[in-house]
This record gives sequence, structure tokens and C-alpha cells, in this order.
Amino acid sequence: MTQRQRLAKGGRIDRTRLLSFTFDGRSYKGYAGDTLASALMANGVSVLGRSFKYHRPRGLFGAGAEEPNAIVQLEEGPDTIPNLRATQVELYDGLMASSVNAWPGLDWDIGEINSLFSRVLPAGFYYKTFMWPASFWMKYEEVIRRAAGLGRCPEHPDPDTYDKMHAHCDVLVVGGGPAGLMAALTAGKAGARVILADEQTEFGGALLDRRNAIDGKPAADWVAAAVAELEAMEDVRLLPRTHAAGYYEHNFLTLLERKTDHLHPVARRRTPGPRQRLWKVRAAQVVLATGAIERPLVFADNDRPGVMLASAAQTYVNRYGVKPGSRAVVFTNNDSAYAAAMDLHDGGVDIAAVVDLRENPGGALVTEARGKGITVLDGRAVVATEGRKRVQAVDVAPLSADGRVAEGAHRRFECDLVLVSGGWNPAVHLFSHAGGKLSFEPDRAQFLPGTTPLPCRAAGSASGDIQLAQCLANGQKAGEVAAAANGFRRRGRLPGIPQCDDVAEGPMRHVWQVPGRKPAAQLKQFVDLQHDVTAADVHLAAREGYESVEHLKRYTTLGMGTDQGKTANINGLAIMAETLGRDIPGVGTTTFRPPYTPVTLGAMAGRDVGALADPVRRTPMHHWHETAGALFEDVGQWKRPWYYPKQGESMQDAVDRECLATRNAIGVLDATTLGKIDIQGPDAAELLNRVYTNAWSKLAVGRCRYGLMLGEDGMVMDDGVTTCLGENHYLMTTTTGNAARVMGWLEEWLQTEWPDLKVYLNSVSEYWATIAIAGPFARELLAELTDDIDVANEAFPFMSLRSGTVAGIPARVFRISFTGEVSFEINVPSTYGLAMWNAVMMAGEKYGITPFGTETMHVLRAEKGYIIVGQDTDGTITPGDLGMDWIVSKKKPDFIGKRSLSRQDTARSDRKQLVGLLTENPSEVLPEGGQIVAIVKDSPPMDMIGHVTSSYYSANLGRSIALALVKGGHDRLGKSVYVPLEGRTVKAKVSKTVFFDPEGERLNG
Amino acid sequence: MLSIPCPWCGPRDETEYSYGGEAHIVRPEDPQALSDREWADYLFMRANTKGAHRERWVHSHGCRRWFNVERNTATNEIIAVYKMGESPPGDGTGGDGAP
Repeated sequence: MTQRQRLAKGGRIDRTRLLSFTFDGRSYKGYAGDTLASALMANGVSVLGRSFKYHRPRGLFGAGAEEPNAIVQLEEGPDTIPNLRATQVELYDGLMASSVNAWPGLDWDIGEINSLFSRVLPAGFYYKTFMWPASFWMKYEEVIRRAAGLGRCPEHPDPDTYDKMHAHCDVLVVGGGPAGLMAALTAGKAGARVILADEQTEFGGALLDRRNAIDGKPAADWVAAAVAELEAMEDVRLLPRTHAAGYYEHNFLTLLERKTDHLHPVARRRTPGPRQRLWKVRAAQVVLATGAIERPLVFADNDRPGVMLASAAQTYVNRYGVKPGSRAVVFTNNDSAYAAAMDLHDGGVDIAAVVDLRENPGGALVTEARGKGITVLDGRAVVATEGRKRVQAVDVAPLSADGRVAEGAHRRFECDLVLVSGGWNPAVHLFSHAGGKLSFEPDRAQFLPGTTPLPCRAAGSASGDIQLAQCLANGQKAGEVAAAANGFRRRGRLPGIPQCDDVAEGPMRHVWQVPGRKPAAQLKQFVDLQHDVTAADVHLAAREGYESVEHLKRYTTLGMGTDQGKTANINGLAIMAETLGRDIPGVGTTTFRPPYTPVTLGAMAGRDVGALADPVRRTPMHHWHETAGALFEDVGQWKRPWYYPKQGESMQDAVDRECLATRNAIGVLDATTLGKIDIQGPDAAELLNRVYTNAWSKLAVGRCRYGLMLGEDGMVMDDGVTTCLGENHYLMTTTTGNAARVMGWLEEWLQTEWPDLKVYLNSVSEYWATIAIAGPFARELLAELTDDIDVANEAFPFMSLRSGTVAGIPARVFRISFTGEVSFEINVPSTYGLAMWNAVMMAGEKYGITPFGTETMHVLRAEKGYIIVGQDTDGTITPGDLGMDWIVSKKKPDFIGKRSLSRQDTARSDRKQLVGLLTENPSEVLPEGGQIVAIVKDSPPMDMIGHVTSSYYSANLGRSIALALVKGGHDRLGKSVYVPLEGRTVKAKVSKTVFFDPEGERLNG
Repeated sequence: MLSIPCPWCGPRDETEYSYGGEAHIVRPEDPQALSDREWADYLFMRANTKGAHRERWVHSHGCRRWFNVERNTATNEIIAVYKMGESPPGDGTGGDGAP
């Protein structure tokens, strides 16, 4: 293919660097400096996609972020990115792109049949058609998803790296057009730290697209000088290829810098550094010089390929040296399109006519265009367009004075290009993100930045200025004010504003819905091109009562595409306002939300992926567990051994073996991960009294006590053993996953409610390694390892602490038990953890010491009916529900949660209560989470009275056991309940929660 | 992303803090003396103010200290920051005289 639409000269492309690329499998050539869009246009490719609902052929409509049609899938495999705007994809050699939403192909598209049936696809058709029955939706969905989807998600891991940067600055300028450059220059010269970000490859903004002169020279020269001056400033950071995605509270902005997106994937991988960088900028002052986006006109069949924004066509001619077509009709309601018409005319495009909605437009540009011999048809409208894959002709008719009828003789113009301009919408998106209020300017029908709670100001055309001289002056002012707000004042006189020749523009005429030759309901007057929302859809929404602008959006999907309605929103609002007989501000505008243009998930994740996604905590014995073949379970961020399978063992085999060994000989558990809080101070016991349900004042030094901690709502929050280490000194243990929460909870009470208590907390979870030995030989083993601790039952009673030397290592030994066996928890400083573990394993070998993991721990504790907070409780369970009233002090006047235990609701007798379940078939293990019913019906729904919280096969008991929360469970002892499962129902008997050694005789050995 | 000035550490990003809800809700001296309704008021009912709102924050990933913030919930403007136990500055209206 040749670049047949390429002009012989001109444009900011590098004609010495010819690039090859493919689109939908066909090969094309372009130049460095092209976008994918300009290169496709140079090659004469008109149809770049299909519309979302009707699958009508669509071509380029814009030239930048506003593009609604030319949405492409870039590259393949792991490198693929969906839904990029071809207008923003920089061309590189070897680029591979394809159209989206064109199944099975661009030329022959099955979805176009939707066009013929479009009367059954009105606004809200999803809601109307697919509501009921639900099963139909499944069938529809299959077809609709395939026909209506946009791009495809990558299915492989992203091979590129992304990172994040946090930055502060005095002045952040968003947008590097004339106003932004002036603002950055002015603030930078005053000495402020400035960041200037612009979404394009090079700075200059609209100056790159037009033929303005500044100080008598091409504007590009001024841009180059300005950029050079900024680059020389030490405290100015220039970020090209960087778009501001979101503007948040307290002047926090996210910027996405595309560092290597413009390179071929292979070259990208050879380039050091990240592919994209997400900047998180806290700016003292923000200047929004984000420019304006041209507004289209809404007329019949305004979506044919070849219909495009006048400013876009101007960009293609001036910046990329491409002719968007051969013969153009310009359709406008304002003067700016005349500049586009003249630029195209000078570029060799035949301008068939300028069709102006206004009577006798008198602006200077109109006069200038007439002087070039361009035909101006005033007071007229384009009422129809012809052509399927490319516009071929338009019909023009005189417009009535009220703009509602186009009557009189139609005149047909053959053309392959229709340039439309309905005025300009300032890009107020960012201003609106962080709560800025917009004000409405009726003459140009613009929403302008109004008031904002933030130190932020708009400059240039983002603030409504149309003329270049105004933009430069406004930019300078914004830069000066922003710098001064930070205390940076200019030295000497303000430099003069660069000279440019502005021309006076005439007033606009707003005809929001240009009449056609048929009633609007029979026309396709597109408002939102990407989501195929027509003026008739907006009328329908109004008729059906969806008058609120937020309802309009959701009912019609107006503005909901990847372009977020950048070209559609104001026209949609205006048509709604007209339909309802209100003014535009009376209808309001939808809330703009981040991002301005999409941000990849890769950039948001940055380096926090894979092993770095979340910190991993390992115990000092972790390597030993790995070597022993342990499988691990994540508990919070900790890796805990789950079970230690031997060769050929299933999980159940391993757990059975570990359970039997612990009850019959000795087991050893790495219990390091338990939360540990060191509590010191004269009021330490008082703190414990207030946060635990039981009494603590009389706990003697060296003794341990189990405690249950409630929320103020009376619900169980945590449990654990606390030991009195000395006078005014305690060590609290918490569940592994709750350590930080409990620490925060205690701190909150101490700091906010009880600042009078003298208590100091320290998290010491990582300081100690904990090795729990349990089983009939535990005492003998400990005796072997220590010379200075008397391990006899009477000398070292249950629930007490002894300090001494174990295996030559200073240790705290706690005689506590989570298994119901004789058990000791040996605590040593973490660095000794592995040494102690090895010593225990070596000395324990002759007893058949068996390491066990969390699964065996769970089984053994369930055999004893010991709860696990968070598994057998869920934040709605009181101590009474657990049958643990024995631990709730009746004597203490108060503790956290006490009052709630006598609330009407917490005192109900039919609350869910913890019980044991014994299945009728002893080998049947109930699934945890299984729902429990008292009366079985043939099919759901059935009255559910509870659920299974813990369920295991107990090798020691030779049967299954389960714990469950059941309504009024304590009164159901001995009664049968049922657990209906897929295809069968399990019968079980309600039992007590202690299944093994109910008298607790084994605790003392 | 709010920027919250910790009274001990200075301005830091919101992600360093945790929110603690409405401030100046004092735990009743004798909860047992309260009716269920009064206790539920203390436990569950909050003002849900639009405008100047006194609330608690904790610098969880910093100094771990609790403090009070007066913030306009509509604009997120931070009107005042003061330590636990200190009296709130101003009249609680954000200074604009509105009730």
C-alpha cells in the first residue's frame, strides 16, 4: 500500500524514517511522528471499527483523547492491550494492531443486521428485554457479549515492569499547550518547583495542530524555545507522554507516564526502566491547562466514516501532513471551523462548501475564507448524509428561524469528508474530579471551572478562552499567582506576553438537534458515537421519566464508553434540556470521575506483584519445616506449617498420624506466630480487667490465665492466655491473625478513653520463637532438656510459667495446652528458635516426636471443644452463645462489652449457640459452612437454623466430629438435625462440644 | 487522598492513618445504669454530619498516636487538628457560623 493521502510536504513527521505496521493483518507504511490513526489515514483506511450496538462502520472522528470510534487492540499475546485510541498510539516499526468490536470482520459484519432491527434496540433495551425470565438472559448474554464486547483482555502475565513515584511540587501544571507552557515558565522563573505534564509526545498542545504565529514566527519555534528554557531550569520537571488521570482531595493527582509504550515490545524490553510510571503528586498549587475538546453537531447519519471534528481534520493536515479526504463539506455553528476549512483548502482538499447554521456570519475568519474563494452557505443545515463505508454526499437545506425545521429545496454536495464543529467544551474533567463546581456560560454553551475548595486554577482554553493571546496571558497570570501563593515572587518586571494575531469571532448559534428530512424518531442522529446513543434515545429517556442527568446516563449509556462521552455529554444534556423545556444548567452535568483516560492495571499495581504483592512472615524454623516437606497455610501474612506428609501420604493420612502421635506419644508445633503483647505499668492489671471478661487482679506472678475479649457490642473479638511475668508486667498472647488488631484495640482505649492509666504496650510477637510440645512424653522430654526447672506436676502446675535454661538456651516455659494433653510452650529469643527446635527434635526422637501443623492442631483442639475465634465465631457470637458464661465475671462492675450482654437481643434464648455435631454415619465428615435444618423438605427453601463451623475426622475417636452454631442449640442436646447437601442429606445428633477426655484428666498426665 | 497533619509527625498521606469515627463520644461512666436505648445510642448512633465534623484518626503507620481532626465532610477541608484530651478549637462549625 502507498500512503496515498500523504501530503508531499509539511507536518511534524520524520519522512526519513519509514515505519512498517499492520492493521487487521494488512501491512502499511507510515512515518516516525505518526499516530496509528494518522498513518492509517495516510494509507486511505476509512473504516477502523464498528459501533457498539448497531455495528455501523465507523472511521476516525477525533485526533486525540476524545476519539470515540477508532478503538484498537494493540499487539498480541502477553503484550496485547485492549481499547486503545488509535489517535493516541504512537507509531513504531513493526506495530501490530487490530480493530475491536468487528466480529467477524470489518468489511463484512454480522452485527450490522442490528441496524435493520434497530427499532427493537431502543434506549434501555437491556433493562426491558432481559429482565425476566432470568434464564433467558443467559442465552442472550452469550450472543450479545460476543457481538458487543470491546477489546480482549490479555491472557498471559504482563512481561513488562511498572513503577510508582511519589512527588511534591509547588506548582503542577497539567497540559503543555500555550497556557501551560506560559504558566510553567512564569512559575519556574519565580523559583517555584514545577512539574509540567502533557499527554502528548511533545509539548505545544493545540499549537502543534494549527498554523498560529507567535512573535511573527511559527508557533513551533516559540514552543521549542519555551521548552528549552524550561529544561534549563533546575527545579522544573518536564513529563511528556504523561496524562493526569485523576485529581483528588488536597491537591493529590495521579499522572501516568508512558515511558516506553512508543517502542516495539522487543525494543521496550531492551530499554532499562519501567514501561509506565504512575506518579502520585501532592502539589501545593495546580494549574489546569487541559485545553478544550471540540463539540460535534447532532444531525442525521452523522456517524458515517468521513464525518469528523473540524479540529481533528485540521490536526491531520497540519501536524501529520495527511489529507483526511479529497472533497469536504464543513458544517458549523461557529467561526473556528473556518480556520480548519482554510487549512484543508491550503492542503489541497477541495472545500465544496461551508454550511453555517448562522444567518450572515460576520467574523473575520469567515471573511478570510470567502476571500480564498470558499463557498459559504449560511442559515443552512446538513439534513442527510449518504454512503456506507464512507460518506459520499450530503444534502443541505435552509434552516427555519427557530432551528426546528429544514425546509425548502435541498441541495446535494458530493464529498468524502464532512467536518463538523458545534463549538468547544473546555476540558473541565480534572477540575470536577476533586469537587470543583462548574459554572455555565450560555453564549458559547460551555461549562467552565467555577469554584473549588482546592488551590487550583484553570488557564487557557480550559477556562473558556478561545484566543491564543488570551491563553498566553491567562497562562502567565496563573503561573504567577500559583508561584506567589507559595511565596515565590517574580524579580523585576513581568516579561511581555508574546505577540500573536488574534481575530474577532462572531457569535455562535446553538441548534442542538439539527432537523432532518424525517421525524427524529426515524433518524439516526448520533449523540454518543461509541455507545450508539441517538437524539431519539434521549427523547425516549425523557418520555419514560429518566429526566435526571444521572438516570439519562445509565438508561441510555450516554457517556459510558471508554471515551466517557468526551464529545457526547454536552450535546446529550442540551437535547435533554430542550426536550424538558429547561435550560442546560437546570439539567445539570454528570459527575466527572477519574480516570480522564484509562490507566492500565499494571501501572496501578506497579512493583506490588508476585512475591512483592504482600509481605510474607516466616518463623525462624521455616526452613526446617520446608526441609521436612511441610505444606504451608497462610495465616494473616504468616506462613504456618499445615501438615507434614510423608512419602505417599494423603493429607488425611498425615493428619491422622500427627493426631495419634500427639495423643499417644509426643507432638511438636511451631507456635511462634501467636501474637504477643508485652504489657507493663502500674495499671496493667486494671487494663486487663477492663478488656477481658474475667478477673485479673489476683493473678499471681508466674501464673497464666485464659481470657476472652469482647467488643463493646458484647461479641467475642479475641481470646488468648495472658501471663503475669512480674509485678506490673504481663505478656498477652492473641490469635495469630488478630495480633495487630488487638494491639490497636488496646492502644485506642488507652489513648482515647483511659489516658489516666499508666500502661505501656509493646508488640513482641517476632521477638520470641515458640515451640509447643504436647503429649504423654512431653514432661519427660522437657525434664531431659533442663536442669534448672522442676517439671513435676506439683512444682510446675498447669497454667503457670517457669523461666530457666532449656537445652542451654535461656527460655520461658509456659505450661498451657491447646490440645488437652500435657503441654509446654517453650519460648526463646527468635534467634535461638531453630537451635531449640533442633534440640527438641533430637532429644524427642526416642519418644517418636512428631511435628504437627495447623490442621492437626485444629483437630486436636476440636476434640476438646476449644474454640477458634474467627472460625467458630463470626462477630455475632457472645460468650453465652459459646457456652462460656463461666469466664464472664459476675462480680466486676464493668468491662468492655458487659452492658451489651444484657441487651434484649443478646439475651434472647434462640440465639445461635455453639454445639457439637455427631453424624449418624461416623465416617461422614460434614463440610464446614454446611447449612443446618431441623426439618428437611424435598427442595429448598428450607428454614436454616445454623451452620457447621468446624468439622474433621478424628483418628483418636475413630469418627467424625463437628462444631456448629445452631439456633437455640443448647436446648437441642441429643436431638437430630440435618445438613442438606448436593444430592443427599446428612443426619447428625447435637452433642456437647467436648468430644475427648471430657474430665480433662490428660492435662496433668 | 487526604493529607492529614499529624500533631506529632506533620502532614502525611491518608494511607498512613486509620479512621476512628466521630470524636467526643465519651464512654458512659456506669453503663449498667443505662437503658437499652441509651446504651444503643452510645454504641451505634452517630451524627453523620454534612459539614464540619470532629472525628478521630490514628497514625497507624507512623507514630501510632490517636488525635482529633475537625474536617468538613462535604469538601474534605481540614479545619483543625488537636490532640486527645484537648478542647476543640472554634465552635465546631468550621468557622462559617452555620449551625
